[in-house]
Amino acid sequence: MAGGPELLRVRGLTKRFAGVTALDGVDLTLARGEVHSLVGENGAGKSTLIKIVTGAYARDGGAIELEGRPVAFRSPAEAQAAGVVAVYQEVNLLAYRTVAENIYLGREPRRFGLVDWGRLNADAGALLARLGLPVDPRATLGSLSIALRQMVAIARGVSLDAKVLVLDEPTSSLTEREVGTLFEVIGKLKAGGAAVIYVSHRMDELYAVCDRVTVLRDGKLVETRALAGLDRLDLVCLMLGKRRDEVRKGSTAFGERGGAEGGGELLRAEGLTRGRRLRGVSVAVSRGEIVGMAGLLGSGRTETARAVFGLDPLEGGGVRLGGRPLALRSPRDAIDAGLALLPEDRKGEGIVPDMSVAENLTLAALPGLTKLGIVSRARQREIVERFMRRLSIKAYGPEQKIRELSGGNQQKVLLARWLCRDPKLLILDEPTRGIDIGAKGDIQALIRELARAGLGVLMISSELEEIVEGSDRVVVLRDGQVAAELRGEAMTQDAILRAMAGGEGAAEGGAS
Amino acid sequence: MTPTAPDATPGAGGAEARPARGRPRAAFGPAYGALVALALLVAANAAFTPNFASASNLWNVLLQVSSTVLVAVGMTLVVATGGIDLSVGSVMAVASAVGASLLDRGAGAAVAAGLLAGLAAGALNGALIGAFRIQPFIVTLALLITGRGVAQVISDGKLIAFRNPAFEALGRGRLGPVPAQALIMAAVVGAALAAVRATSFGRYVIALGGNEKAARLAGVPTGPTKVVVYALSGALAGLAGLIETARLGASDAAKVGLTMELDAIAAVVVGGTPLTGGRASVGGTVIGALIMQVITTSFNMRLVPFSWSLVLKAAIILVAVYVQRPKLA
Repeated sequence: MAGGPELLRVRGLTKRFAGVTALDGVDLTLARGEVHSLVGENGAGKSTLIKIVTGAYARDGGAIELEGRPVAFRSPAEAQAAGVVAVYQEVNLLAYRTVAENIYLGREPRRFGLVDWGRLNADAGALLARLGLPVDPRATLGSLSIALRQMVAIARGVSLDAKVLVLDEPTSSLTEREVGTLFEVIGKLKAGGAAVIYVSHRMDELYAVCDRVTVLRDGKLVETRALAGLDRLDLVCLMLGKRRDEVRKGSTAFGERGGAEGGGELLRAEGLTRGRRLRGVSVAVSRGEIVGMAGLLGSGRTETARAVFGLDPLEGGGVRLGGRPLALRSPRDAIDAGLALLPEDRKGEGIVPDMSVAENLTLAALPGLTKLGIVSRARQREIVERFMRRLSIKAYGPEQKIRELSGGNQQKVLLARWLCRDPKLLILDEPTRGIDIGAKGDIQALIRELARAGLGVLMISSELEEIVEGSDRVVVLRDGQVAAELRGEAMTQDAILRAMAGGEGAAEGGAS
Repeated sequence: MTPTAPDATPGAGGAEARPARGRPRAAFGPAYGALVALALLVAANAAFTPNFASASNLWNVLLQVSSTVLVAVGMTLVVATGGIDLSVGSVMAVASAVGASLLDRGAGAAVAAGLLAGLAAGALNGALIGAFRIQPFIVTLALLITGRGVAQVISDGKLIAFRNPAFEALGRGRLGPVPAQALIMAAVVGAALAAVRATSFGRYVIALGGNEKAARLAGVPTGPTKVVVYALSGALAGLAGLIETARLGASDAAKVGLTMELDAIAAVVVGGTPLTGGRASVGGTVIGALIMQVITTSFNMRLVPFSWSLVLKAAIILVAVYVQRPKLA
């Protein structure tokens, strides 16, 4: 708990990037055995703070003390050696090496100058078993799911005898069960006297696992408080810098349901089959309807989206749009038919990082903007300006590189990439994952508005709140099959969880 | 909330925090360093190398650089997609042999056949890379090896000498003081600049190199774009091979275009197009090729042994890549 002796003390930390102040005199203290949550909208300075504490950035001002001694790490390696270890949102490990090699990378046990493979694998196996992870240390890392890779990254942190472990969005690709495992691991770290800095956008998790919370906003410290007794709504208000009476009850911004069912069937995917991932999934979406799709990781949610969009060839089943069968050989076919897919992996499959906002926004619309191969600058400018305004995309201008934008604004650009094509069906795969609350609200409100205007939406989300509040109907997948379809009163978080978990009884996790 | 600056968060890398206000994405934007280096080289030579600044010598530099520029422009597009084309030198030899052996049917037929041979070779590269997803390095390495063999089979392993003024004009003709190949080079560079800046094809090339998965998801025809890019590279190599052949008045399949792939890649890299793709700096490539040529020419004029110019070029390549390396957080 927060009463333990002080482990890490950060005072007056300041950092500027090319004249822009990213951190402005921020304080943070960590006690032994404490799980300390760091929250704030994108742009608050969380990442910068973490990167300075773990040696990735140099600070411009302020002081850091570890166990009472002043420290100034010049690299992540120095920080690691001192016991301050970060596990980042994007896992930075070697895909072609084994799990054991990744865990002990650079510290392999040696015998006669050579790597002692027997001990390496045995040590890794023991560590993984201690953490309760069902992973073969000899498996190639790349063969594991993203979730398991992330757990390996955490195991690596644990193996470094971390005193301070920084977890940046650790659950963004974990299933409920794996989140449970992670929380157990965190519990063990706490008991061992280590401290954890926990960065997450998910309120449930903060309350489930953290002792105290530090709120940052625009690079400044807003407040540090014990989480027990702190009302959720108050916490949100601190993050947004709003007064309590300004914030609507309910944390999503979908607003009233459209009730636009019966707008006529738009999409009907039937018996989608592909290997073990998709075993006969059927789903239908009407015009003006938002269909939520829930399920654990690996249940076939993303695979369904990819199949409908023509990204992966099907072994069985088919897709009809407005009654007509679609021949889907490539995304191009799907796009031409009026489909749009906002992918789950924004960085890997969404943005073209070095291109400008304008070029990213118009990438899918180019055929319509082009005459004899030449892109019409005027029409491009018109579209870009219209959608930047409509989605309130925050950038210095259309020429700014998209990688310089915050996650939320990047997501808005990607959404605009499709909206400017005026699609009939929008498939959203985790549309608000890892983006700040402000942009999240904007996007949720927009989705509802689009549906009211007649667009069909298939929305995949791991956030049950988002599914329940945002959908007209929910399809729950389990092991590549439809486990349940819920609507109206039956559409509760509890019912969805139960359907996701299957017959073995009530689902774990989900402290709602 | 009242954001002061639109999200100055370094989410993944330090670069995110840097405001890039109104920086134009000029075709040679990333190549300012190369431009400065070229200016310094030219100024130093103008001051210290006798006759360097003469008009005839400057035309000579342009004449000599034009083949490299033609090939390097195609290479720029290839590299911008994240690929590489090692076969250009051998494709030059194939075009040279094909052209020379068809000269008895007229200069027009020879040029058309040579260009077509280059285009076809490049399209084959592109098809193997785009449709069968074999790595560009491997595919074009294979053609680097076989291409020169094919060229020597066509020419029967012999030097083909010829007299054909119409064809030779390609490499020896002048319009006033301007060499014909410099005009061709200017036209190709202009077309490439326009393609990168203003066409959807140019966008597709950059998007493909920047993030292929994202490009595919956004409906970019990734396979066909690759085929076109490699076909263009092949056709430009063919054109360069024909020009070299016309200049020499003979086709030597064993020598035409030898190590051209290295010169072209060097020009691309020095010009600021990263080998990782996602950016195409056609103007930079021209500057890069000019830097290399000015070094060669000035060393010759000052009677410095040729080998020293290679050392200086190597140093310039390393410095250029170092200066342009991706900034890490």
